Amino acid sequence: MKITDEIVDHIAHLARLKFEGDKKIAIKEDMNNIISFMDKLSEVPTDNVEPLIFMSDEINVLREDIPVVSLTQTEALKNAPKKDSDYFRIPKVLDK
Amino acid sequence: MYQNFAEVKKALSSGVSVLEIVETYLSKINENSDLNAFLEVFEETVKQQALEVDKKIKAGNAGRLAGMVIGLKDNLCYKGHKVSASSQILQNFESLYTGTAVQRLLDEDAVIIGRLNCDEFAMGSSNENSAFGPVKNPINKNLVPGGSSGGSAAAVCAGLCTAALGSDTGGSIRQPASFTGTFGLKPTYGRISRHGLIAYASSFDQIGPFTNSIEDSALLLEIMAGCDAYDSTATSRSVEKYTSFEKPEKLKIAVLQESLETEGVDSEVVSKMNEIIEKLKKEGHTVENVSFPYLEYMVPTYYVLTTAEASSNLSRFDGVHYGYRSSEAVGVEATYINSRSEGFGPEVQRRIMAGTFVLSNEFYDAYYTKGQKVRRVLRDKTDEIYKNFDLMILPTTPSTAFQINAVKDPIQMYLQDIFTVHANLTGNPAISLPLGKHSSGLPFGIQVMANHFKEKDLFNFSSYLIEIA
Repeated sequence: MKITDEIVDHIAHLARLKFEGDKKIAIKEDMNNIISFMDKLSEVPTDNVEPLIFMSDEINVLREDIPVVSLTQTEALKNAPKKDSDYFRIPKVLDK
Repeated sequence: MYQNFAEVKKALSSGVSVLEIVETYLSKINENSDLNAFLEVFEETVKQQALEVDKKIKAGNAGRLAGMVIGLKDNLCYKGHKVSASSQILQNFESLYTGTAVQRLLDEDAVIIGRLNCDEFAMGSSNENSAFGPVKNPINKNLVPGGSSGGSAAAVCAGLCTAALGSDTGGSIRQPASFTGTFGLKPTYGRISRHGLIAYASSFDQIGPFTNSIEDSALLLEIMAGCDAYDSTATSRSVEKYTSFEKPEKLKIAVLQESLETEGVDSEVVSKMNEIIEKLKKEGHTVENVSFPYLEYMVPTYYVLTTAEASSNLSRFDGVHYGYRSSEAVGVEATYINSRSEGFGPEVQRRIMAGTFVLSNEFYDAYYTKGQKVRRVLRDKTDEIYKNFDLMILPTTPSTAFQINAVKDPIQMYLQDIFTVHANLTGNPAISLPLGKHSSGLPFGIQVMANHFKEKDLFNFSSYLIEIA
């Protein structure tokens, strides 16, 4: 699998990251190396093998649905980069 | 100086207070600040805690960990204290709750002395990926302590706390334990609740202790293990008494043949393994070589699956609700992109990109689903070994600690974990024991891996192996 500029742009968009100039050249090279390293997996025969999805053998761990206050509004806002007394504040979305 | 809990308890019984013990550790931390092991010392709260524990000791109602001074890897939540995963993106984040494992230590009157440096989001094998600088190995300061829990390993090795917690996703406890001559345990997946651990790869991550004695490792597991309403993958199986070591009966022990034949394994590591095998045979145990021809597939499988999980887990960092926000940001999309691109370091971005790639529509089946299938093959083949054997022994690391800045290629760094990712891929418990001593003077670990939830066997055997090895 060869990683092209188009693939880097597409994946960067999905990941909400940006790579420009030298950083783009570097990430393309790194991805090529990492993906070809991952390509090794194709050598392992896996016909009729089901994917292993859950590592825990616990099934349907349920509990009573009891309302509790887990975080107060003040706590939820505590680590916000920008906030007012009630809300998270975000940069302006519309120009007007 | 208190290297382990036995020494702490001896001091307590001779009249030393917990506060005095804490102060001893605090001055030791100061003397060793060049190691860069601690990102923050919780000086005020740890002293407050110590006073409270002293009162309890006087009243005769102190918990099992009274006097134990513990450091936390900087990815474990402790209410009212900062936690950053050694990342710019969480630099000023403060925990809103205390994780279950940490709470259980507090409930038994351990005191928490500070948070320990690590690779950013636990991604790395040398602690060189921290946004707050590398950690140095206390044994030789030109060397790495290993990673990702490098600060935890260095702190325990240098006697800056009695024990430390780390997290192990592909070897992040055992590899640094090997490099620093400490005990590092990765329990079975689900044995300790992950609630309050900043997620890297959720189907791999486990919390575990770093200690200077096998007794302390067993004690900390015994206290932290057990089911938890906040982590549905935490097992409901009962917690055994890991601390009462029993001499094992005659055992059947498997040695993964490929682990001794792989290129790049230090010959002294191999000869130490052979020496241990001979001793075990002499003691009447059956030790057999087992062929497990999957060694070269383990690290690639690990990277397919962990990067996928990481890309998903780290999507929560959006520059809106908490953490770093780019000052350049205008509009929603740019807020996400600039905050993430400025806030995450290069290795984290590399793994997010690789993980997003394997999860993307076009490549999902060829990489991600394939990785999950190979993971099942690895688990089934490993389970087969445990049908015939009680335990498995293998090196923890191919060699001893390497120089800071010596490994620059990401793939070469990934191969550091060649013997440790196995236990995370299959969910098995494994411990690194500081049994190896290289002619260079550096330590290296020998790893014991047990069947799922057989930590009791793991500890019985480990304490026995330390005696005879």
